[in-house]
Amino acid sequence: MTIFLQTLPFLLDGLLTTLLVAGSVVLIAIVLGIPAGCALVFGPFWVKVPLRLYADFVRGVPILVLLYFVYYGLPAVQVNLSSMTAAVVALTAFKTAQIIEITRGAFQSIPTGQTDAAKSIGLGLMDRFLQVLAPQAVRRFLPPFINSLVDTVKGSSLVSLLGIVDLMLSLQQVIGRTHVALPVYLMGALMYFSINFPLSVLSRRLEKRFIY
Amino acid sequence: MGNYHFNFAIVWRYADKLFNGLLLSIELATLTIAIGMLIGLILALIELDGPRWARPLIRAYVEFVRNVPLLLLVYLIFYGIPSAVDLEYDATTSFVVTLSIYSGAYLVEILRAGLAAVPLGLVEAGKAIGLTPFGVLCYVRFPMALRIALPSLSNTYVSLFKDTSIASAIAVPELAYGMRWIEIQTFRTMEVYLLATPIYLLTSYAILMLLRLVERRYAITR
Repeated sequence: MTIFLQTLPFLLDGLLTTLLVAGSVVLIAIVLGIPAGCALVFGPFWVKVPLRLYADFVRGVPILVLLYFVYYGLPAVQVNLSSMTAAVVALTAFKTAQIIEITRGAFQSIPTGQTDAAKSIGLGLMDRFLQVLAPQAVRRFLPPFINSLVDTVKGSSLVSLLGIVDLMLSLQQVIGRTHVALPVYLMGALMYFSINFPLSVLSRRLEKRFIY
Repeated sequence: MGNYHFNFAIVWRYADKLFNGLLLSIELATLTIAIGMLIGLILALIELDGPRWARPLIRAYVEFVRNVPLLLLVYLIFYGIPSAVDLEYDATTSFVVTLSIYSGAYLVEILRAGLAAVPLGLVEAGKAIGLTPFGVLCYVRFPMALRIALPSLSNTYVSLFKDTSIASAIAVPELAYGMRWIEIQTFRTMEVYLLATPIYLLTSYAILMLLRLVERRYAITR
């Protein structure tokens, strides 16, 4: 028990790093991913093709390989990133692709009758988007998006492999010092769980409420 | 960027690391999906038709596994459990167990939704022609549930294949491990990534396309 109390401040520091990584990844990915996702649905052909290729490429490769590529691979072509930057860049690249897909799915699952109806009452492109499609898309976007937050927090544990002292690596270091493995891992699992479980529940609630 | 001189010859010398790595990745994925499906089907059935007290236990398993990073589960089972219990196993076995437990938690959810979506009339029709409860399960409920769940299953299978890369963290010699190994031996970083990334990409797509074909034949869209 004392071991938990002694190591808790250190583990909380790690948890903070985990949340920092996950938080910045999600923020940047939203800023990049939502407009890109809209462009994938409404944009012209020459915008759609590269976005489609990007999303498919990034989602076809394991996150771990992306991380290694950005951190160990890019320095070979004179792009030297610190481990933290590399981690955020790699995870953001993946998250952006995911958000592009979620955005596309949100718009495309709206029945075409909605667009037709909006056109028939004389709404222009902008009004059609803002008044009819966007409000419906948000409801379809939120549940999978919040679910993907859980994936981001989980995926951020991989940054420990680049030597960033997140919650995962803090646990490893505590175990290295104390040689108490199982209880410390379980405590770490509980800490991840306490972040992710509420998000999972929220995602499911929203899904139940929004799906009709 | 222009200063980098590509030299694939050195990397080709170790191509077997990538090839065998890919084979092991596919084996790991196939094996864990098979075990995970078994866990998923059984638990989904218990959750729907089993005793009431079993439900919270299954929920606890699903929620715990789904909300904890896979890497942590991998370490927990490879380093954590042998430190507390008198058990010995190698990294590969440990990873197969971990990923099976992990995939089981995802597959229970999908299969439960699939089983719940089997029309009641079909189940009753099965009973009416004199099938035993086990017969109804084998000939009516499982086949229908699998066909309904097929699109979600394909996506999960592909992401489980990608998750095998995490085995490299405990030195299971699969594709990501082979990739890092060659990189460290030869320092031909770019070449290794230019080979390994397409291998992952193409394999993920091959799996996805294969499953899409199966879907086109068997999937039931409601």
